[in-house]
Amino acid sequence: MILAIASGKGGTGKTTVAANLAVCLPEPVHLLDCDVEEPNCHIFLNPEIKSTERFTLPFPTVDENRCNGCGECSNICQYNAIVSLKSKPLVFPELCHGCGGCSEVCPEEAITEAKREIGTISSGTWRHITFVQGLLDVGQSLSPPLIRAVKQHCGTNGITIIDCPPGTSCPVIAAVTKSDYVVLVSESSPFGLHDLDLAVDTMRKLDLNFGVVINRVSSLDHRVADYCRNAQIPILLEIPDDRKAAEAYSQGLLLVESVPGFRELFERLYNRILSESSQNRKPTPENKRDFEDIA
Amino acid sequence: MKEMVVISGKGGTGKTSLTASFASLNGKSVIVDCDVDASDLPLVLSPVTERMEYFKSGHEAVIRKDDCVACGTCMDKCRFDAVHEARRYGRPSQFTIDPLSCEGCGVCVHFCPSGAIDFPEQVCGQWMVSETRYGPMVHARLAIGAENSGKLVSTVKTEARQIAEERKLPWIIVDGPPGIACPVIASITGASMALVVVEPTLSGVHDMERVFALTKHFNIPTLVCVNKWELNPRIAGEIERGALSAGASFAGKIGYDSSVTAAQIKGIPVVEYGGPAAQDIRRIWQNIEKRMESIEIPTVMEV
Repeated sequence: MILAIASGKGGTGKTTVAANLAVCLPEPVHLLDCDVEEPNCHIFLNPEIKSTERFTLPFPTVDENRCNGCGECSNICQYNAIVSLKSKPLVFPELCHGCGGCSEVCPEEAITEAKREIGTISSGTWRHITFVQGLLDVGQSLSPPLIRAVKQHCGTNGITIIDCPPGTSCPVIAAVTKSDYVVLVSESSPFGLHDLDLAVDTMRKLDLNFGVVINRVSSLDHRVADYCRNAQIPILLEIPDDRKAAEAYSQGLLLVESVPGFRELFERLYNRILSESSQNRKPTPENKRDFEDIA
Repeated sequence: MKEMVVISGKGGTGKTSLTASFASLNGKSVIVDCDVDASDLPLVLSPVTERMEYFKSGHEAVIRKDDCVACGTCMDKCRFDAVHEARRYGRPSQFTIDPLSCEGCGVCVHFCPSGAIDFPEQVCGQWMVSETRYGPMVHARLAIGAENSGKLVSTVKTEARQIAEERKLPWIIVDGPPGIACPVIASITGASMALVVVEPTLSGVHDMERVFALTKHFNIPTLVCVNKWELNPRIAGEIERGALSAGASFAGKIGYDSSVTAAQIKGIPVVEYGGPAAQDIRRIWQNIEKRMESIEIPTVMEV
């Protein structure tokens, strides 16, 4: 099962839920940190990194001797990454999405693809957890390809947990697609509620099955819980607003191992996810294809 | 024109609460919300929208079902796994493109032998010019799963600069998105100064170091403030020292104060709600003003 931990708003506790849940799961567990701009899971797990590879994206290089200056390459490029002047086209690698269009259209076969490095994928283990993390290089803007590459490391059996980036735009879509269940982490505040609503819209648009964990629950604001009840979204867990938990987090400690009562909370969360994800399962694309086959 | 952008790397450290308070304290600025994914500043500043524009950017490939001969060329050419295949009697019968995975590269459109793929321009969101009690505000809403958040951020910032010039407002205060990639780079481009809001946690420190590398990369003078410093006074101290040794200035620290959440629930800036945190934020704003005076403001760069 692939379990994505996401949220509209940043800093609601995605990493806390991902890391603490991973520790409470029976093996085999894979934990993929797909928040490649600011990955933090490693702070709580201290995994032993066994392999590190640089991640590259293709970008075009032009053979000047073959180029006839026809401009087909810059016509097809939607990102202004290759601009044809009278002579050899100019290439702007940082704008390139690596679609391969320019090399495909070039009538002179003058364009080949070179590779540029945009980040690192490291993997290792900690206790029974297989850990994989993507880290985008500072100054790079394109994170979805790296996120997709990290997701190639999903486990074939057991549970894979994906710690997602915040928001609702393309990096989040890259991280949550093809997961079996999504845990949306929100916090009990007006900002938390507003951004949860956006995240819920996103999950519905993606047709994903999901539930909500409400973090920092206090007596001040009940609107997130009320919202979930009204929208008939399962509340998987409510984590109390606890200064001790915040302090443990600040030191990079796992809550399930440093704050009394939290292991029980996360074990309950695991059981709740198991029962929720087995209910009202949406048909997967594979299933849909089967239905059409029969039709 | 003084342009200050509030960023953090890690999300949820208090960027929006601080930005709202700065807007209230300054009162002569254009306010910009560049967190186009999850725009929360309007919840505090209650803007009244006067103008709304659709943000069109890029194209999306759409297969015309009736003209598709199910040859599969689009699927072979697509590098983004955006083409799905429906099968009938074990053979491909129909190809469709998943709009959320499509990056709008147009390669399938070009190579489709039947010319069966349309390539309409896409509406990726909307942006608004509004009025608040503290000055004009430019904010936006990116469509769910849309690409080009960086371009929407640049659009919003260009509009803000124009308004600042027209209305002779000396400050632009920008609420930035979390992270360090596309929309953040667009948010800090051309800014006179960046304020990094950090919580004293190991994650916060880790993310702050990457943000420093980013502002250094783009050569933007950087200030740092610590939010909820009592959570871990030792790490708060490390952040202050780390900031200075990285060439950033330290703007101050804000206490762990429940009035910050209370102000958010009431929908007003913290400095108007009062409490110890409000005092801390006032001091930080004074430091920002002081630091801004010492920065030579370059002529505004075009994004």
